[in-house]
Amino acid sequence: MHAPDGFLSPGVALATGLISIAVVGLCLRASRHELGDAQVPLAGAAAAFIFAAQMFNFPVASGTTGHLLGGALAAVLLGPRTGTLVVTVVVVVQALLFADGGITALGYNVLNMAIVPAFGGWALFRLFRRVLPANAGGVVGATGLAAGGSVVLSAAAFSLEWLFGATAPVPFDTVFGAMVGVHALIGIGEGLISGLAVAAVLASRPDLVAGAADLPAESLRRGAPVTARTFAIGAALVVLVMAVVVSQFAADDPDGLERVAEDRGFVDEGRDHALAGGPFADYATRGIDDESLSLAVAGATGAVLTLLVGYGVVSAVRRGRSGAVT
Amino acid sequence: MSGGHLGNHAHLHVPGATPVHRLAPEAALVGLVAFAVAVALTPRTYVAAFAVDAAVLAGVIALARLSPALVLRRLVVIVPFLAVAAVLPFVGGGDQASVAGVEVSRDGLWAAWGIVAKAVLGATASIVFSATNRLPEVLTALTRLRVPPTLAAIVSSMLRSLDLVADQLRRMRTAMVARAHDPRWLWQARPIATSMGTVFVRSYERGERTHAAMVARGYSGTMPDLGDRGATAAEWVAALVPAAVAAAALVVHLTGTGG
Repeated sequence: MHAPDGFLSPGVALATGLISIAVVGLCLRASRHELGDAQVPLAGAAAAFIFAAQMFNFPVASGTTGHLLGGALAAVLLGPRTGTLVVTVVVVVQALLFADGGITALGYNVLNMAIVPAFGGWALFRLFRRVLPANAGGVVGATGLAAGGSVVLSAAAFSLEWLFGATAPVPFDTVFGAMVGVHALIGIGEGLISGLAVAAVLASRPDLVAGAADLPAESLRRGAPVTARTFAIGAALVVLVMAVVVSQFAADDPDGLERVAEDRGFVDEGRDHALAGGPFADYATRGIDDESLSLAVAGATGAVLTLLVGYGVVSAVRRGRSGAVT
Repeated sequence: MSGGHLGNHAHLHVPGATPVHRLAPEAALVGLVAFAVAVALTPRTYVAAFAVDAAVLAGVIALARLSPALVLRRLVVIVPFLAVAAVLPFVGGGDQASVAGVEVSRDGLWAAWGIVAKAVLGATASIVFSATNRLPEVLTALTRLRVPPTLAAIVSSMLRSLDLVADQLRRMRTAMVARAHDPRWLWQARPIATSMGTVFVRSYERGERTHAAMVARGYSGTMPDLGDRGATAAEWVAALVPAAVAAAALVVHLTGTGG
């Protein structure tokens, strides 16, 4: 996901850059409030941890390996605002010192790899916490599902940026389908590793898991009753269901919906309205017959993303006010 | 895809006394960003402008006496995205062209070229920067460039313990392998995830101890300014030369042939 220079249009680079600077600035202030004068050493130590964790491969299938992205894990351990800050530091240093990710691409790289996974992952984590039991197992399960989902959110965010600032003649549908599909698989590994890492932290220092700060220590003492195998199978099922749902939207040949559209006579109308002077890059919507569907998927994705990230922000602020963080 | 960071970050810097090394880091950093922006703004059909940019970079690399082999080795990090670019001609829409009997998208070819050219130029510029500037100086440069001092201090704190944390994970991995741990499937990854959790706790506790040590030495929330020399006007001018040449190449192309 470390996009290089010039991968998206300069306009998108500038717009995402401004968004990222604003959000990271706010996170910097919020985390100063949360951590006090221990902010520098603690955020620094956590950033070193995320950086190092990204270097190490874990097995995926039959000898192939993947590595952690860490946005949701950082949010669950440190809270979404310090989590965003920490992953941003990692992404910026990777671009400046290791040439991993372009310098002019920092705007969208920070947005996709730090802000969206941390706040979106935090929102998913809060939602899953509501339905899962209020004990260590529930926290671990919610972390795993949220971390897996955060990778998919990140891929969806990238696809949306592609819609606005594509640099290649690949339509949004193709990018969305490929990105979300591939990242749903990556998400299984991300979810498993994040969940089990949080389980290990809960076992020794439950007070260091910001996402479990509302639970009494006794309910966290017992080990997580979820085995890695159960978790992997469960995550695979979730991904399968998601893939089926997504493929319904992102199908190459959405005959059914298109025929309905033609019958009702709103295909041309929809096309003109949707694209008249729209901000979308020509490439992302050119040469395909189902612009209205494509835009519908884009719109729905944008709405879900905004809702989730917004929910993450709101619940972070609410939690910050109640002063639940050490 | 950052799997290639296993190198020790302290070894990023290649010692030297060339004009590129001597340049004040804040000037070099601004020069780097300006160059990357000029390259990113250049439309991909301006092949000659990219050739000028590459020549400027080659000049800087020669001036800094960096070995081309080192630069190429560090360029490996962008390979995954080059692979993505290589797919574009085949999945792209629009006009089709025939190359060696294979139908490819003309726009896709141009897009792939643009991504490869800009990625290679941008990454090479970053590599030259990190090879010719010492980390502590880069960090003070950041605060002089009005980056919030807290952010710069967090970066500094991270870089100080990064090798330590990475080594800790590596030692745990070695210990596991020594005990015949050879996972091949995802559900065998539990020990790896558990070691990550353990390393997080150790990192965080080290952060707490570091904080106590800092407070004991009078830290009150802001890092002291060590007051190094700032960049001179001449250094700013020198650092901006590559970016200026890249911008000039872009402007000449815009006004000259009209694209």
